[in-house]
Order: sequence, then C-alpha cells, then structure tokens
Amino acid sequence: MNWDTMLPLLILASSLVPGLIIFFLPEKAVRTRVSLNMTGALIKVFLVGFVIWGVFNGHHYETRLPFLPGLDLVLRADALSILFVTLSTVLWLVTTIYAIGYLENSPHRSRFFGFFSLCVTATVGVALAGNLITFVLFYELLTLATYPLIVHRGTEVAHRAGRTYLIYTIMGGVLLLVGTVWLYGLTGSLEFTHRGFVAALVDNHRSSLIIIFALLIAGLGVKAALVPFHGWLPQAMVAPAPVSALLHAVAVVKAGAFGIVRVVYDVYGIEFAASLGVILPLAILAAITIIYGSVRALMQNDLKRRLAFSTVSQVSYIILGIAVVGPIATIGGLVHLVHQGVMKITLFFCAGNLAETLGIHKISEMDGVGRRMPWTMAAFTIAAFGMIGAPPMAGFVSKWYLGLGALEAGQDWVIIILIGSSLLNAAYFLPVLHSAWFKKPVGIWPAERSFGRMETALTLLVPPVITACLVLMLGLLASAPFSPLQWAHFITTLEYAP
Amino acid sequence: MLVILPLVGAILCFLLPQRVRFLGLMIAFAIAASVVGLLLQVLDQGALRYSLGGWGAPLGISFYTDGLSMLMLLVTALVGLGISVYSIAYFNQEKSVHFWPLWMLLWTALNALFLSADLFNLYVTLELLGLSAVALVALAGGANALDAAMRYLFVSLLGSLFYLLGLALLYHSFASVDIEILAQRVEATPAVWAAMGLMTAGLLLKTALFPLHFWLPPAHANAPAPVSALLSALVVKASFYILLRLWLEVFPLPNSGLGLFLGLLGSSAVLWGGIQTLRQTRLKMLIAYSTVAQLGYLFIAFPLGTSMAWKGALYLLISHALAKSAMFLAAGNLLLFGGHDRITHLDRVAQRLPLTLAAFALAGVSIMGLPPSGGFIGKWLLLDASLRSGQWWWAVILILGSLLAAAYIFKVIGHAFTQAEVTHEAGEVSRMMEWVAFVLALAAIVLGLIAPGPLALMDIGSPFNSGAAQ
Repeated sequence: MNWDTMLPLLILASSLVPGLIIFFLPEKAVRTRVSLNMTGALIKVFLVGFVIWGVFNGHHYETRLPFLPGLDLVLRADALSILFVTLSTVLWLVTTIYAIGYLENSPHRSRFFGFFSLCVTATVGVALAGNLITFVLFYELLTLATYPLIVHRGTEVAHRAGRTYLIYTIMGGVLLLVGTVWLYGLTGSLEFTHRGFVAALVDNHRSSLIIIFALLIAGLGVKAALVPFHGWLPQAMVAPAPVSALLHAVAVVKAGAFGIVRVVYDVYGIEFAASLGVILPLAILAAITIIYGSVRALMQNDLKRRLAFSTVSQVSYIILGIAVVGPIATIGGLVHLVHQGVMKITLFFCAGNLAETLGIHKISEMDGVGRRMPWTMAAFTIAAFGMIGAPPMAGFVSKWYLGLGALEAGQDWVIIILIGSSLLNAAYFLPVLHSAWFKKPVGIWPAERSFGRMETALTLLVPPVITACLVLMLGLLASAPFSPLQWAHFITTLEYAP
Repeated sequence: MLVILPLVGAILCFLLPQRVRFLGLMIAFAIAASVVGLLLQVLDQGALRYSLGGWGAPLGISFYTDGLSMLMLLVTALVGLGISVYSIAYFNQEKSVHFWPLWMLLWTALNALFLSADLFNLYVTLELLGLSAVALVALAGGANALDAAMRYLFVSLLGSLFYLLGLALLYHSFASVDIEILAQRVEATPAVWAAMGLMTAGLLLKTALFPLHFWLPPAHANAPAPVSALLSALVVKASFYILLRLWLEVFPLPNSGLGLFLGLLGSSAVLWGGIQTLRQTRLKMLIAYSTVAQLGYLFIAFPLGTSMAWKGALYLLISHALAKSAMFLAAGNLLLFGGHDRITHLDRVAQRLPLTLAAFALAGVSIMGLPPSGGFIGKWLLLDASLRSGQWWWAVILILGSLLAAAYIFKVIGHAFTQAEVTHEAGEVSRMMEWVAFVLALAAIVLGLIAPGPLALMDIGSPFNSGAAQ
C-alpha cells in the first residue's frame, strides 16, 4: 500500500481509533478523553486539507479492500466526496469543542463521545464510499451509531424518539438494501461512475430501474427527511444540543441528501434518470417538502422543533437543486449542502446555549434575551438571515444559484417555490429575532446559571461564533478559490462537461 | 487426530476430577491448535480423505474433510474455546466435575460428525451428540431443567430413530453407507424417497425447524449459560450439516416440491419464531426463540438451490453460531449479576456491565443482519440469490425476518439507556466471562469484513457447485 491508497483509510481511522479507545476510558479520565477527541479531529482536518490539495491537482486517492466475491469495499476521494468530507470534518471539530463544554459533569460521557466519534466515522465513510455497497455499509453504521446518542438522556421521551428514529431508519435501510441488491443483480456492478453506470448496462429493464430508483430514493429520503418520511426528525429534538447539531448539519440528514445526489449522478446519471422520467417527481417531492416543512416550522413554539422543521425544508433545497437538471441549479444544490450545514449548526448551538444557560426552550420565553446573551444572539441572527437568504450571507448564494438555474432550465415554477419558502423562512425567523432584540425581558429566566463576566461558558460560546463567521465568509468570499461555491463549480463541470 | 483428542480429554476429565478445569482448558487449546493444523493442510492440498487403520471405504471407517466440514470444525473450535474459557469461571468445582467430561464428549461427537464420510458414522456421532447434550441440559438441576431435558431426550431419540430407519432402508437397497459410493449408486426409487424422507424428518426434528421446534426454547433457556450457548451455536447446526450432506451429495435435490416445502417451513419459522421472540419477557427465552427464527433462514436456501444461496445460508450459519453463543454468554452474565433475566428490569443490570452489553449489542447487529457483520454477508448472498432467480418472495421473508430481529434486539438494548438507580446487591461476574462474550461477538462482526476467506474455503472440494439443482 502506498500513500495514495492509505489516505482515505487514515481519514476514517482518525475518528474511529479515538472513538474505540474512548469507550474503554473510565468516566473520570476527562483530560485523556478531551485530548484524544481533539487530536483525532485536528488530524482529520489536516488529512482532509492534504487530500483537497491533491484532488485539485488531479491526484487519485482510492482504497480498495475485498469484501465479497466480485465486490470490493471502495473508499475514494473524488470531488463530490471531498465537499461532504470537508463539511463534516470542520463541523466535527467545532461540535466536539461544543460537546465538551455542553456535557461537562454529565454522566456516561465516555459512551457519548465514543458513539459521537463512531458517528463521524460513519459519515466520512458515507462520503468517501466509492460504490453503493460501501455506501450502504456506512449508512447503516450511521443508524446504529446515532441511536445511542438520541436516547442518551435516557428519559421516556428520549426513548420514544429513539424508537421512532429506529423504525424510520431501519425501514429506510431495508429499502435501500433491497434496491442495492436488485441493482447488483441487474447490472453486476455498483461502482460509482461519473454520469452513472446504469445507462450503459441496461436497455430493456426500464420498469425495474424505475422501481429500484424509487426504492433507493425512499431509503435515502428517510434520513434526508423528505416529506412522507420526515416524522423522526422533529421527535429527535430531545437529544442533547450537540447531537441535534450532528443530526441536522454534520451527519444524518446530510448523509441522506448526499446519497440522493450520488444515486442521481453517479449511479443513474442525471440524463438517463431524466429520460426514465423519475427526476420530475423527485423535484416535486422536494418542492412539497420545502413548503410543508416551512409551514410546520411556523406553527412551532418550541425553538428546537421549529429549527427541526426548518431543516426538513432546507435540506430539500439540495435535492431540488439537482432535480432541476441544469448545471447552475446543481451548483446551487451542492453548495447548499455546505451552507445549510454551517447555518443550521450555528442555530442549534445557539439554541443549546439558551437552554443550558437560561433554561429557555420555548420561543415565547425569548423576550429580550439579546441583552442577556448578545454574542449568542448575534450568531443566531446572522445564521437566521442566512437561512432567509438575505445577502451577503451564505444562504443567499445558494438561493441565487438555484433561482438562476431554474430559469436556465426553463422550470419557472421553482422560482415560485423559492420565493414562497423564503417568505415563510422570514415569517418564522423574524419574530424570534424581534422578540429577542426588541422586547423587554420579563424578569427572571426559567433556570439561569451564572458564568461570571461571560454570558455563558467559553466552550459553548466560541463554536457558534466561529460558525457564524463562517456563514458570513461563505457568502462574502464565495468566489475565492477553494470556497465551496468554487468547488461546486468544479464538480459540476465534471458532471456536465461535454 | 481431532476425534481422539477430545475423547482422551473426556476420559481424563472423568478420571481426574481434581484437575478437571486445567486439563479441560489444555485440551481445548490443543484441539484448537490441531484444527488450525488441519486447516493449513486442507488449504494446501484440497479435500482430504483418511481411512482409519488403513481400511478403505466399504469396510473401514473413513474420515473426509472438505471446505464445508473444515469451516464447521473451525467454528466449533472457536466457539468451543470461548465456552471452555468461560466455563472455568462460570462453574464451581462441583459442577465442573460433571461439566467437563460431558463437554469433551460433546466436542468429540461434533468433530467426528463433521469429519464422517459415511452415513452410519454420522448416526453414531449424532446419537452421542444428542445424549451428551441432554445430560448437559440436565446439569442445571431443578424441576424445569429436568423436564426440559426429558423432553429433549425424547425428541433426540425419536429423531435418531427416524434417521436410523431411513439409513437401514438405504443400506438395504445399495449395500453401502459411504456417502461417495451411495452418491454413485442411488436412483430415484420409492424406497430411496422413503428413506430420504425418514432421515430428513428425523433431522428436521433435531434441527428444530418450525413446526418441530417446540422442544428447543425450554431446553435452551433452562440450561446453564455455556450449555445454552453450545446447544444453540453448535448442536442444532450438526443435524443441519447432515441434511446438507444428504441433499447435496447423496441424493442431489431434484427441482421439486420438496425444496419448496422446506423453504416454506423455513419461512414460517422465520416469521413465527420472530413473532414469538418478540413476545418473550425473559431474556434467555427470547434468545432461544430467536434461534428458532434464525434456523429458518438456513432452509430458504433449499428452494433457491444455487451455489450462492448455499454459501449465504452457510455464512449465516457460522455467524449465527458466533453471535448466538456470545448472546447466551452475555445473558448468562446478566443473569448472574442481577439474579434474574426479566427484560423489563434489565436496566440496572445492563448499565453496570457495559462490556457484556456491548457483546450483546454486537451479536445483535449480526443477528439483525446489519452491516458490517457475518449476518449481513449471509443475508446479502441469500437476497442476491433470490432476486437473481426471480423468486422475490424469499427476499420478502428475509427482510421481514430482519425487521422482527431488529425489533426484539432493540427491545433489550433500549434498557441500556435509561436513568435507573442502582438499587440492589450484585452477583459476581468475572472479567474473563465478560471478555469471552465480547470476543465471540466481535468475531461475528469481523466475519463481515473477511468474507472472501471463508467463502473461498467453502469452495474446496465443494458440493455446492456440482450438486446445485439449478
């Protein structure tokens, strides 16, 4: 094995190994645990940086291990996987810092951080998977690694949420598996290829291919929280804030959306999929999800539930972006994969801070909180404006490209969806901001903890501030080299170039 | 050879009760080492045939190893080693004196069974296996255990009787019991059908295929933990192994209703067993019923009949052996620690034995067939085989079975994540016992990552390619 084939494996190991060691650490070994976590996260960032540079210069990183006769486990760093890997890696680093602060002195921390690392390992595996079987493998691992995090609190509500999560995701996993096996039986290959491998291999199985597509998308749609399969996401809100951040921004939801991108581009190929007539239904499904999620978000009083429904809505932008079929909309969708992650993680960090510091869970309790916690609310505001799509935040860039792309592809109805959803976004975020900044505090907070001169613990404050800065920078510096936008351009040229 | 070693062990253990643990352990390691030796030989030279005393087939006793029997021997050695180590800590001196000779006898029977080249030898070893297994079940003492052991004894004898009848018919018709010779001579006459029918019925009873499974849950649930692990992991597999030999080599399965019938029984076992498992309130009963369901999967390979399906079933078999033994041992730890195995009250116990719980969870992953695990590989192969041959309904059964499995596994695991107070006195569980369960479970997971190795082993002298019906 040389360096190029080792690297993807090392990226996985940088979170897997600390995770496994952490399981065996005693509860009191705080310092060892923290340093293990941070070392792993930093090594991962370093390795990923190295790989980005390599891939950009046309290097090829691939690990291939025999798995079944005729099927290998393939880890490959191509342009698309780099986008997702980078997102997860950077946000994992931030979330780890946050989680260390958030869970200070709570029980079962070794278990928590162990599964936390496993979860990220699975996500990076999903991102790096070079064929569908590897993808399925890590996708299921992700399900298993997240369950203990969701039920971490151990309350009755947490258990119910965990059960719902399992029912949804295991069903989804089963659909995905059946689709995968079937596809393998038909084509004899599962290798992700640019512009898909299905079209070249099959002429006369149109109807089977359509059913398989439906199975795969349904299986992935569960994690991506597409509308009929979104029920688990709002319930999973009972999990601790870092877990919510992980679910919404770093790992689970993104894995589903990323999988859909993979299936559409690298399994079926966008043009072949369009000729099968399966893309338009996907676009419509995404559009319904966008609107439905926003409407439901509007009706929530619980802050985290509102954010959860907002995720349901926002993630479908990614899917809509690729389902519009056109290079510019694709750029919008892909770049939103990153932008949505950064914005949503900021919002969840802030929500976690409010809950930890002041005991605020409901929006109606947020009156005047901006004076008590200015930094947190500033970060919240930036991210919320990003979500609405106000320039110059990150969200504006995605929406701009989505809109342009829709016009270019001649799908004008998408514009209406975009405008409608932006208005709804504004409708559910602006009142929160208004009451936080402009209303008078009611007096005492539900459960206030004092942190001296700081508004909250430093480890809780720094992560949202960092990610909020990222939201701004992603918007302002969108055309700088190596920005997600430029990278999405790079991917799209690979997919659409003649 | 492999048969002599445990036999000598059994005799020694019987004669020297004071040293029984030490002796047993030494012999367990020696057996494992010689299995590895045989493996190297088989890998090097392909299938081996060895005649005892130099007398060849129609007269003497001969042994035969191909990839299939090698695989079974390996799994037996691995599980056997684990259980031996576990038992050292589990049984006190008094129980050990009874346990070790029986266990060594059982191991003798298993090794001899997997090595036998003729049907009569298979009968003898099967009988020996049944008797020592019954005695082990009775080891727990108490009315329940005795009751279960008696029931098991009757079933076992009845099964053997059917097998013997069939065997007599075959011998009468073809004047041989050697598998290879029979395979050349056998024809589809009514007598052969009757003989095969009788033998199959007897073996199905012993394999506890639905609806002949009634004896299994009480027997497996009432035995001491290491014994339950042995029974579920290895003993029921032995009769399945004979079934495989019968229908693949002696009388290659015609493309007939019989395969379909077995497949249907298997499917009902998967569903019925799964539902029954879900309804159990006791951990050991739950695990025992899960065995009934898992055994059903193996029979789904019969109607498919392709080489891929056989390999899938076999892969499920070995990973189930590892996972289920890990599960029973883990349950044994929980039982010993908490003094009970009511699932609803497991919270307090489970959280204080994290390693045991991890063993249970990892084994559960394999039982559910989620990747990466041996169970996943087996199910993948079976799914692929059933979709390829256009018999998608078996795939539906596989999927439903996995969902049921997920439901009952998580029913147990969910208890690890509650906010329970630590309230009661704990029994003593040694670290060794926890680690054994964990290592076995880990092996079931690792099986999912090294699939090409065992699958290649299955091909050595394999009956799967020639004997496949389709």
